[in-house]
Amino acid sequence: MALTKPCARMENVAAPRYASGQRVALFLPCYGDVLFPDVGRAMVTLFARLGITLEYPLDQTCCGQPAFNAGHWDEARTVATRFAHVFDAFDWIVVPSGSCGAMCRVFYPTLDPALSAIGGRVYELSTFLVDVLGVVDVGARFPYSVAYHDGCHARRELKVGDAPYRLLRSVREARLVDLAGSDECCGFGGLFSVKFDELSASMGERKCANVLASGAEVLVSADSSCLMQIGGMLARDPATRPIRTMHLAEVLAAT
Amino acid sequence: MIHYDRHAVHDALTHPHGPPGLPATMERIVADKHAAQSQVPWQELRARVHAIKEYAIANLAWLLVEFEKQFSARGGTVLWARSADEAAAQFLDICKHHNVRSVVKGKSMLSEELELNDRLAAAGIDAVETDLGEYIVQLAGQKPSHIIAPALHLSRQDIGKLFAAKLGIAYTDDPQALLAAARTRLRQRYLEAGLGMTGVNFAVAESGTVVTVENEGNQALSAAAPPVYVALMGIEKVIPRLADLPPFLHVLARAATGQKLSVYTHHFLGPEDGRTWYCIIIDAGRTNVLADAATREALYCIRCGACMNVCPIYRRVGGWAYGWVYPGPIGSVETPQMIGVERAGELPFTSSLCGACQGECPVDIDLPHQLVHMRRKAVARGAAGKGIERSAFRFWARAMSSLPAYRRAIRLARFGAGLSARIGWKPGPLAAWTRHRDLPPIADETFKEWWERRA
Repeated sequence: MALTKPCARMENVAAPRYASGQRVALFLPCYGDVLFPDVGRAMVTLFARLGITLEYPLDQTCCGQPAFNAGHWDEARTVATRFAHVFDAFDWIVVPSGSCGAMCRVFYPTLDPALSAIGGRVYELSTFLVDVLGVVDVGARFPYSVAYHDGCHARRELKVGDAPYRLLRSVREARLVDLAGSDECCGFGGLFSVKFDELSASMGERKCANVLASGAEVLVSADSSCLMQIGGMLARDPATRPIRTMHLAEVLAAT
Repeated sequence: MIHYDRHAVHDALTHPHGPPGLPATMERIVADKHAAQSQVPWQELRARVHAIKEYAIANLAWLLVEFEKQFSARGGTVLWARSADEAAAQFLDICKHHNVRSVVKGKSMLSEELELNDRLAAAGIDAVETDLGEYIVQLAGQKPSHIIAPALHLSRQDIGKLFAAKLGIAYTDDPQALLAAARTRLRQRYLEAGLGMTGVNFAVAESGTVVTVENEGNQALSAAAPPVYVALMGIEKVIPRLADLPPFLHVLARAATGQKLSVYTHHFLGPEDGRTWYCIIIDAGRTNVLADAATREALYCIRCGACMNVCPIYRRVGGWAYGWVYPGPIGSVETPQMIGVERAGELPFTSSLCGACQGECPVDIDLPHQLVHMRRKAVARGAAGKGIERSAFRFWARAMSSLPAYRRAIRLARFGAGLSARIGWKPGPLAAWTRHRDLPPIADETFKEWWERRA
């Protein structure tokens, strides 16, 4: 008797390679459009430097994850199905978020098997650069010490592995410092952060203490949502206020 | 209704000493686990035990019957119980039949499901827990806060005070002295008891033998000293062959305590002359887990506790906050299935979905995906996500379904943010957010606006 696994993770599968002339769409997280537009602009700058013209379907909104994780799957399916239509014409869809990437790649098949194909075309930034484009040095310069926070979805659902670290190590003048507990959850967790806000904040406090101890000037992550949590807490404490949070795309776009 | 207890969360987080020692203890246990699993081909063993469990759970029906046949052939009696109530009634019947006044109990989380101690007490039967942690918790009149380390929430000073008060010994916080005090009292109980019981770690179908693992020796005494022995067994404990056991022994002790092997691995082969053995095979909601293909893997759980040890939520609030027998991620998946989605309420939402649990699980149970599935179930059954949340997601889905609607929502958010700043009031979720962190402002120019201007 075959057991049905709820979702198949895409691991240990050699990524196909980008061929020139293929269409690459930028997908920005819904909150990113409104709260972190700089990340989107950095994506455009970065890809232009790599000779790839990112297209941005203006109709795009959200992948559906907020509703999916909250248990409202009908609403999530409505939004995800729309995502599939909006991005249908593209060969590649690159998103500066491990969390949205995991929603599309890993959870879409669970939500609706018809969404598997579109989900498989979605790549989180660091894997797209390293695995699909085969680029590790993107020509960036960033003269600061940086610590990297592994987003949980990027690390455990998408298995991005050391891709972001390889990218950061290739940035000129950047000093990558160790971050204790870099793979521990920052406590964001979507609605979890407001449903169980004390717990979420307690997790964030630990993350902030580790960031402070790392001595980094800039905390980098591939998810603006983690950075919203960590940065929002760093800003509350005079000791950590000087530490900046930046998305991986912004660091890689810097020269 | 059982639900994740927000007050317990608040108390745990604001305890003057923090959740007492819990995060540090859990970190040490996980570090020990990592050291122990580095000595063996861990991923191969995980895949192996996962595959054996997959087979066993897919073939439960005949494996359990085969176990019954073989256990009976060894001279034991098998009873089947659909529910915890039925199992408890059978247990009490056995006690009555054998005129049992005193019971010694080896560690069994299933007996917690049965609320056996309370039921025995109500029937006038004196039952004592013989696992040291369980004994401490029983003396304190509490419930276990961890499935492997029931008294994890108590310091040795706490235990010293408890023993001084309950056992009448002079206060000491020396672990050896406390252990000796407990041991002296328990030894006598084994000799007096009319019945002993234990849980079951593995039930081998081909041989009809019950396998338990432990570190203290109390299970062996509970099973062997009294004239009557009862094994309490969940239906998911059966494995096909004795040859399937070694990989489980490899992973269980390593995952649970960082030991290479538990101090004792018992094979209970059957009663000697003059002794009576029973095995109560209990469903108690497990078939609900089985029936739902998305959570079936949860039945592969070997109750090692690794998922709770690494869980950032469990580490902060401890086991009681989860409201029922099994805390942590596995509890948040199983509890709603076993006792009812409605009764479990928000339990599947008590996770940031970080997935650390699956990484540590020695059977590689996909807990984060099961949590997401159970959230859907909770919402579908009206156990969570009702009222304002439901309306909000309907509104959200509409706003995300067309560009004009999306833009209207952005305008509304900008207006709302301005209004909120003027009147100094924030709606619930925003207030919860800003209680602990700053919120980035809504950009003067969204990315979409920038993109259009640029084009």
